[in-house]
Amino acid sequence: MESKEIIIETENSGWREKKDKLFFGIVVILSFITISPIALILYKLIAKGYKQINPDFFFKVAPDTLQAMTAVRNGELLPGGIANGISGTLLMVAVASVIAIPLSILIGIFLYENQGKQYANLIRSLTDILQGVPSVVLGIIAYIWIVQGITKGFSALAGSVALAIMMLPLIIRSTEETLKMLPISIKEAAAALGVPYHKIILKVMIPSGFSGLMTGILLSISRVIGETAPLMLTTLGSTAINLNITKPTSAVPLQIWEFYNNPNMIDLVWSSSLFLLGFVLTLNIIAKRISTQFN
Amino acid sequence: MKSEKITKLILIISSVIILLIFAGMAWSMIKGAYPAFQKFGFFGFLFSTEWNPTEDHEVYGAMPFIAGTVITSVLALIICFPLAFSTSLFIAEYFRKRRIATILGTLVDLLAGVPSIVYGLWGFYTLRPIIASFGFQGQGYGIFTSGLILAIMIIPYATSISNEIITMVPNELKEAAYSLGATRLEVITSVIIPSSRSGLVAGYILALGRALGETMAVTMLIGNANIIPTGLFSPGNSMASVIANQFGEADGLKLSSLIAIGLLLFGVTAIVNAIGKIIIRKFA
Repeated sequence: MESKEIIIETENSGWREKKDKLFFGIVVILSFITISPIALILYKLIAKGYKQINPDFFFKVAPDTLQAMTAVRNGELLPGGIANGISGTLLMVAVASVIAIPLSILIGIFLYENQGKQYANLIRSLTDILQGVPSVVLGIIAYIWIVQGITKGFSALAGSVALAIMMLPLIIRSTEETLKMLPISIKEAAAALGVPYHKIILKVMIPSGFSGLMTGILLSISRVIGETAPLMLTTLGSTAINLNITKPTSAVPLQIWEFYNNPNMIDLVWSSSLFLLGFVLTLNIIAKRISTQFN
Repeated sequence: MKSEKITKLILIISSVIILLIFAGMAWSMIKGAYPAFQKFGFFGFLFSTEWNPTEDHEVYGAMPFIAGTVITSVLALIICFPLAFSTSLFIAEYFRKRRIATILGTLVDLLAGVPSIVYGLWGFYTLRPIIASFGFQGQGYGIFTSGLILAIMIIPYATSISNEIITMVPNELKEAAYSLGATRLEVITSVIIPSSRSGLVAGYILALGRALGETMAVTMLIGNANIIPTGLFSPGNSMASVIANQFGEADGLKLSSLIAIGLLLFGVTAIVNAIGKIIIRKFA
């Protein structure tokens, strides 16, 4: 590090101390302003959304406009819920996980095993860039590849592919980082005993890094579960529960978008957002818990 | 020995899939965007300010959306900087390793977990009326509202990188300054900032990369007017939001133009992210 000349005024020490205190005050105030949105958002969603949360909300599909209008006119709670969205989200995230998790763990192991090699560095850089690609662009990609190319129409599969590409870089990097933290001696011990390479991976490396891998997987799921834009381009939405991956399917964030655009359904916007946010934050907290226990 | 070769082969094949995804993405988007570039010319498309989907008079240009994206993102960065930097100093310097710093760090992480569409809703029902009540712009839509929500959304990214960088400043340097009688503020301005400058810059570049591609929250707040923004409170449209808004019913030349905008967005975010990562790698 280059040498720096540190200029410290020796006079006016009273003013220097005041300046120091003032700056500290500003830092504290700005820090609390920074985190205030999370409290304000949670408050707004809970205050406006709690009354729609009931068993119907989880087990019935969204009401049609007529039912919603009648309920609004009579001042009643909106009938129905977001079962079509919940089932669609679970379906798409499950398919995306099946595609992304095994593949990205393999790539993570590849990067770990080939530290410092040029080809591995290229893959690592591409993974980093992939992580920065906007989700809406991945929606376009899945539209071209799956909607135009395979299912010839909007489909849950297309949404899953977009989500899977989003999950890849997150799990790849967390796998590599986790493996780097494991002591190399356990791998060497297994190799010294003559354990075949694939068994070292399956029975030694993955189990000992399990909680680290789990953290990465949970965080990547929590990251994609709230994605709206790529699904708007690929799965379109559906008013009924659909479990066929080649057909248009709804998802919780897509339903939020639909409710937002329909003045009669506005009450459902808050409860479904509350549900989505609660789900994402819970996943986040579980992931953090696992990773702190691991460390 | 044979099983080892097979395992290594499987690992290499899976790494090749990343290459294939990248090549496939580039190829599919260039192919999809080609008709638009062919019709209007690459630079014609890039710099044209007209977006007219009327049949037989179709003209598409990307400039209004490029302007909208760049202005909202830069504005977000400007608003984000004092907030994120203060939070980093709070967590990584003033209250380092104390309970309150951990709590604040967790809350900032939660901010990163909030889905874009929830930010959009909150912005629509809470921020927008506040901005409208100041009377700058009738309904509160526009560049400023979008920039503000983007700033909140990128704060966690800027903060988490700055935290790491500030924590890495060697204690001896700080202690040397203290022993000369420097105050906390003087240590921050003459030791911490100079020795972590490039890392901090990289953190904000990566945060900018996030802001460029954010879709839903901006779509709900920017006003969706296909014009070059005329001022801070003017409505506009961003590259990501025009895609989200118009992709559903698009076909033919319009679809191709939207894919072309997606390609530009892909290129720009890739370059911004690559620059950020290179600076960080040099720093570390």
